[in-house]
Amino acid sequence: MARVVITGAGTINALGRDVASTQAAMAEGVCGISALNMRDVDRLSVTIGGQIHSYNEADHFNRQQIALYDRFTQFTLLAAREAIAQSGLIFTGELADQAGVILGTSGGGLTTQDENYRTVYEDGKNRVHPFIVPKLMNNAATAHVSMEHNLRGPSFTVATACASSNHAMGQAFTMIRGGSAKAMITGGSEAMLCFGGIKAWEGLRVMSKDGCRPFCATRNGMVQGEGAGVFVFEEFEHAKARDAEILAEVIGFSMSSDASDIVMPSKAGAARAIAGALRDAQIDRSEVGYINAHGTGTAANDKTECAAVAEVFGPHADQLMMSSTKSMHGHLIGGTGAVELLACLMALREGVIAPTINYQETDPECAFDVVPNVARDAKVDVALSNAFAFGGLNAVIALRRAP
Amino acid sequence: MSIASQVIDIIAEQAMLDPAEITLESSLAELGVDSMGVVECIFAIEETFDISVPFNANEPSQSDFDISTVGSITKAIEKLVNEAA
Repeated sequence: MARVVITGAGTINALGRDVASTQAAMAEGVCGISALNMRDVDRLSVTIGGQIHSYNEADHFNRQQIALYDRFTQFTLLAAREAIAQSGLIFTGELADQAGVILGTSGGGLTTQDENYRTVYEDGKNRVHPFIVPKLMNNAATAHVSMEHNLRGPSFTVATACASSNHAMGQAFTMIRGGSAKAMITGGSEAMLCFGGIKAWEGLRVMSKDGCRPFCATRNGMVQGEGAGVFVFEEFEHAKARDAEILAEVIGFSMSSDASDIVMPSKAGAARAIAGALRDAQIDRSEVGYINAHGTGTAANDKTECAAVAEVFGPHADQLMMSSTKSMHGHLIGGTGAVELLACLMALREGVIAPTINYQETDPECAFDVVPNVARDAKVDVALSNAFAFGGLNAVIALRRAP
Repeated sequence: MSIASQVIDIIAEQAMLDPAEITLESSLAELGVDSMGVVECIFAIEETFDISVPFNANEPSQSDFDISTVGSITKAIEKLVNEAA
């Protein structure tokens, strides 16, 4: 089986417009969550989020592109440009046919849907722009990345709610490992911070009105974010032959289904995904130094996730660092695993562990080293990234320091 | 129709029980209403009484809105309805 490495990374999110500024903010423990700025915000009961403020689409795209690119597609394209530029890959000839795009998103073009439902229902208009369908569809971002970079291999979009981007990256990984691609552009994006997007989440009554405090005894819910994380996954020998800079090696992936409840997480399902990733990577649990937790800040997720980690790691759980960077950038739903993988890269490459900020008080059910409030220097060889979605669909990725 | 009987109807529908089987002393858990069922009940209560119920599923016990029994829910609604009036 081929080995798989990461040779490019890109992002845009509430903490930064690129990887360097995002990782710097993570290392500083910056909170990217702030008051939401959107139409009808006074009709919302949840008014905070990890929103990308002062974003002007016209700075990046022309009129024709904007007519086709929903906000989630725009974020994806910006992150993909950064990742591909860093990798140095140019997709022509045979390589173009052996390179594809697999991205995760949950809501896809939700902002486009929201705006156009408003046009026909609230404003009473009987006509919408001709490109609403290609703009809102969940595979639009994947398709536009493939067009912009001439990626002609296996390409599709994955939607598994909060685990979408981890599932997408897992597919990209197995595709290269199994020999059906040389390089894959992968990750995910989300732009759900529109009136309808927040209103729907309010209904579940799991959102916090005052901040995201994962694992903290005073936590009272999740806070949404937006943005994208995109990576270049490449076959190791291919990367080595062209002397590419390797950011990390992808060594394992596992997915599982709780098969139990549409919203309540299960310890058993999460534990099977975590243990599966270790098995797939053929590593002992003692090699893992850092876990980027799913850590949503809800009562249910955090205690279930901690119980699952405790079960899989046994006594080694006491040696682990496990932080949730959602405390800083919010929960990017279908794009969250991708942005969180940047914290894993930072841990492996720079030996800096991103903190769980807003941490005030220990919850005995989450009594782990959650790297409270302040980043820490530590040498880490293997990092895991957890994602556990509504629907009980779980996906865990294992990375190792660059060979 | 009294607030109590409307609350009983809402909970009966959620629990798939006959309203006659529900008393003011019944707790939602006894009636088989799980956490998702509670959130649906609160939604129905807000729609029925045109009130806004302060309830966060992450910290149900922290809420001023006591959901422990049908009677406590009825009392909490009466308070909110009076405040709104």
